[in-house]
Amino acid sequence: MPDGVWSKCEGCRRIVYAGQLADNLRVCPHCGHHSDLTAIERIDLLADPGSFVELDAELTSCDPLRFVAAKAYVDNLAEARERCGLAEAVLCGRASISGHPVVLGAMDFRFIGASMGSAVGEKVARAFETAVSERRAVVFSTASGGARMQEGMLSLMQMLKTSAAVRRLAEERVPYISILTNPTTGGVTASFAVLADVVLAEPGALVGFAGPRVIEQSIKQHLPKGFQTSEFLLEHGMVDDVVPRGQLLARVTLLIDYLTGGGGEAS
Amino acid sequence: MRYRHVLDFERPLVELETKLEELRSLDLAEHPELLEEIDRLTQEIEALHESTYSDLSAWEKVQLSRHPDRPKTQDYLETIFTDVVELHGDRLYGDDGAVVTALATIAGRRVAVAGHRKGKNIRENIARNFGMVHPEGFRKAMRLMRLADKFGLPLVTLIDTPGAYPGIEAEERGQAWAIAESLALLGGLGVPVVAVGIGEGGSGGALAIGFGDRLIMLENAYYSVITPEACASILHKDSEKASEVASCLALTADDLLRLGIADEIVPEPLGGAHRDPAPVFQEVRERIVSVLDGLAGVPAQELVEKRYERLRSIGVIDESAG
Repeated sequence: MPDGVWSKCEGCRRIVYAGQLADNLRVCPHCGHHSDLTAIERIDLLADPGSFVELDAELTSCDPLRFVAAKAYVDNLAEARERCGLAEAVLCGRASISGHPVVLGAMDFRFIGASMGSAVGEKVARAFETAVSERRAVVFSTASGGARMQEGMLSLMQMLKTSAAVRRLAEERVPYISILTNPTTGGVTASFAVLADVVLAEPGALVGFAGPRVIEQSIKQHLPKGFQTSEFLLEHGMVDDVVPRGQLLARVTLLIDYLTGGGGEAS
Repeated sequence: MRYRHVLDFERPLVELETKLEELRSLDLAEHPELLEEIDRLTQEIEALHESTYSDLSAWEKVQLSRHPDRPKTQDYLETIFTDVVELHGDRLYGDDGAVVTALATIAGRRVAVAGHRKGKNIRENIARNFGMVHPEGFRKAMRLMRLADKFGLPLVTLIDTPGAYPGIEAEERGQAWAIAESLALLGGLGVPVVAVGIGEGGSGGALAIGFGDRLIMLENAYYSVITPEACASILHKDSEKASEVASCLALTADDLLRLGIADEIVPEPLGGAHRDPAPVFQEVRERIVSVLDGLAGVPAQELVEKRYERLRSIGVIDESAG
């Protein structure tokens, strides 16, 4: 299927007119399947038009371990930059959401599975630090395959770095809302993604710690249908709500209202 | 000498050792010509011993770190600590056998101890899930951390796990949530935290209790973002390439020291800590005590700030714009 006028829905396999899909925030008009968005599309979904100003745009990964297995990490990085037009797998910046000043972050799964290495960890930590010093609420759309194994232990340590940064935000009572999108797994789920004051998830997103294949190999049985979806997490008490993409802006706005209002009157 | 468990790379050595034992069991008075052969074999074994263990590859160290006879958390609890009071349960779901939490005394200093707990035999390992932690294990550790913080007890952690358990129930009970919360808590503890890598340091499950103001690694312990087998099966679709991948992942104690993650390395006897554990226990005890003494009296806020700065400095990035 060419990427042009028509596309096939990954949910129901029906052919959808691309224009209609774009107008519908890339949610299938037939079955409601939420297609993955790029980081820039994620920003556009929430930020007031023209308000997003990126932080640390030049900050990128190195190849500290000179990692080569199957493929050289430097080649992975170069390809991802070329293909996505991004310096790294995460975009963070100042923005406003319905007039509220925020720090807004979004991850791009196309960029080496939005895995978290030194650069992603550093950008995320700095985003939280900016939010603390400017007392801006943080809104973060996550997507990730986990820690970036090509940077070895340096990647694992970013889990601790970003979690410690969230803790400082919490201590300063600056609100943090995260939106778990498809897929969010591994070291990103097990660090800053789920440490938010309010955790939302998009319908049907795969969210978990261990990947489904790893679990299947470990327990040697097939996983139940719907395992590790947003709805599964809601049922098990792990997220505050599952919110369809079309309602995210309104929901996030209302939440920021509540969490920054300090008990004042509704506006 | 015969070992109960033989690693692949140790096999040639053990074969020679077995041969020597057989020769020695013969009546040498009847076969005086064997004396020379015994001498020759003894020398050969000495040389092979040296060459087998003196320059271990990353993969060989991973194997040693998993050796069934390697000293485990329980051994450290019994040898370097006294007056150990184990505390059970997470108050939410259960008592994870893969994690032990306790109040203990080390060289007269009162501390809190949390460690991954592997077993020494199949029965113990089944009870302890081979040291693979469920969410309740992390939550149990968090209980101890809060207790330590509340009563000003320094925290000592012992790292030895293949990783967090990948299973249905673990996901249902919020494996990722438990790890994330533990990391945030660890970052903010107002008491000294000393982490010791004694064996396996498998990914997020290790990290949840596996860092502090100082990270001490045993020479043959490893600490990795992903197990070499899992990494090989992702990158090569072939877990047999684990040995190749192990050397790429920078997972040895030396690698960690070079990357600024570990602070010090405790040497092990040739062939691993299980060959002669006593000096290893003693050295680990001394190192822990020395770190605790160095941090005694440091105000809580300063500890937290310094730990954060330490964490913030880990990573290699490029800001040169392009």
